[in-house]
Amino acid sequence: MEFDVIFRPENLQLFWEGTVNALVLLVSSLIVGGLLSLPLAIARVSANRWIGGPVWLFTYVLRGTPLLIQVYLIYFGLAQMDFIQDRWDDQWPWTWFKEPFFCAMLAFALNTCAYTVELLAGAIRDTGHGEVEAAQAMGMSRWTTMRRIMLPSALRRSLPGYSNEVIMMLHSTSLASAVPALLDITGAARSIYSDFYLPFEAFITAGVIYATLTLALVGLFKLAERRWLAHLAPRKA
Amino acid sequence: MTPYLLSILEGAVLVLEVALGSVLVAVLLGLVGAAAKLSASKPAAWLATVYSTLIRGIPDLVLMLLIFYGGQIGLNKTLEALGSDAFIEIDPFLVGVLTIGFIYGAYMTETFRGAILAIPVGQMEAGRAFGMSGLQVFVRITLPQMVRLALPGFTNNWLVLMKATALVSLLGLQDMTYLAKQAGAAARGDIANAPLLFLAFAALLYLVFTSVSLVLLRMLERRYSMGVKRGAL
Repeated sequence: MEFDVIFRPENLQLFWEGTVNALVLLVSSLIVGGLLSLPLAIARVSANRWIGGPVWLFTYVLRGTPLLIQVYLIYFGLAQMDFIQDRWDDQWPWTWFKEPFFCAMLAFALNTCAYTVELLAGAIRDTGHGEVEAAQAMGMSRWTTMRRIMLPSALRRSLPGYSNEVIMMLHSTSLASAVPALLDITGAARSIYSDFYLPFEAFITAGVIYATLTLALVGLFKLAERRWLAHLAPRKA
Repeated sequence: MTPYLLSILEGAVLVLEVALGSVLVAVLLGLVGAAAKLSASKPAAWLATVYSTLIRGIPDLVLMLLIFYGGQIGLNKTLEALGSDAFIEIDPFLVGVLTIGFIYGAYMTETFRGAILAIPVGQMEAGRAFGMSGLQVFVRITLPQMVRLALPGFTNNWLVLMKATALVSLLGLQDMTYLAKQAGAAARGDIANAPLLFLAFAALLYLVFTSVSLVLLRMLERRYSMGVKRGAL
C-alpha cells in the first residue's frame, strides 16, 4: 500500500475539489428537487385523476429507470439534440445545456424530486383523519387545512425517510464521474488510479470520504429529528 | 435503425443475466449475514454488522471500481508472490455479478434479519422440542414464513439492484446502457436525435423489467400471504 501518494498536496487538492463539487451538486439538486416536489406531492394526492395521474406517471418512470441512464439522457440525449444545439450559444435557457454541471444537476434534481414526491405524498395521505376533521370544524378551507395542518405535520413525519433519500443522493453523485469534464469524489479517485495505477489506495480513500460524509449526514438528521420530531420520540422514563 | 435497436435488445439479455446472477449471490450472502447477525457467536455477529454497515455507507460504483481494478492487481500480485508468472484478466461480467451481489447482500441481510425476528421464537422452540434439527426447523418453519415477511423488503432491494446493473457499463461491459450510448454516438449523423432516441429505448426496457418484476412479486406476495388474516374494518 502506498497511501503516501494520496497525501501528496496535489492529490489531496484533487480529492478536496471533488468533495466540494460533489457537495455542491448534492445540495443544489436537493434544493431544486425539493422545491419542485412540494407542489407535485400536493398534486399527487389530489382526488382528481387528471392532476394526480401525470404526477404518478412522472414518478413511476423516474423511479423505474436507472439514474445513470437519466444522466446520459440529459447529457448525451437532450444536450445533443439539434434543436438545443442550434440555440445553446446565445438563447437562454438553452445555454445552460453547454454546462456538464447543469446537465448532471438537472438529472439528479429530477430523480430526487420523484422519490421525494412519493415520500411526501405518503406522509400527506397518512395525516390523521381527526386532525383534518378538526380543521374543517374550525372553518378552515381546504388550502388552509393543507397549509396549516397537513403540510407541517407531513414534512416532519417524512424526515426519517428523507434522510435515507439524501444519503442515496450523496452516493448517487458518484455517477457524476460518468459525465466527462466533471470532477467529483469518484472522478478524483479514477484520475489518481489512472495516473499512479493504485486502485486500492485511490478507491479506498474515496470510500472513506463517502462513509464520513454519510455519517455526518446521519448525525445532522438525528439533530433535525430531535428538533422537529420531538413529539414522536419515545418517552423517557 | 432496426439493427441498433436489436443490438440494444441483446444488451437487455446481459442485463437480465447480471441481475439474476447477482440477486442469487445477494440472497445467499443475505441469509448467511442474517444468520450471523442473529447467532450467539460474537465475532460472527460483529463481522456481519461491519459488513452491512460499511457496504451501505459507500456508493455502489466506488465498490465496483475498487473490486474490478483492485481485484485485478491484487490477484496478479498474489500470483506473482506465489512464484507464478501467469497473468489473469478478470472477467467484467463476473466482477459485476459478484460486486452487485456483495453489495445487495448487505441490504438483504437487513431484510432477512427483520423477517426472522418477526417470527415468534416459540414456533422454532416447538420445532426443536419435536426433535427437528436446526436445518429442519429452518426449512420447515422459518423459511416459509420468512418469504412472506421478507418479500416487501426483497421487492425494494430487487428493484434497486435491477437499476444498479446499469453501472456495469462503466466497467466496459457491453450491456444495454453501454450499447445505447454507443448506438447514439454511431448514428448521430444519420438519425435525428439518435442519442436521445436510443437511450430512451434502453430506459423503456428497464421500465418494462421493473414493471414486470413488480407484478410478479406482488402475485408471489399474495400467494404466500394466503393464510394471513388482515385487520380490516
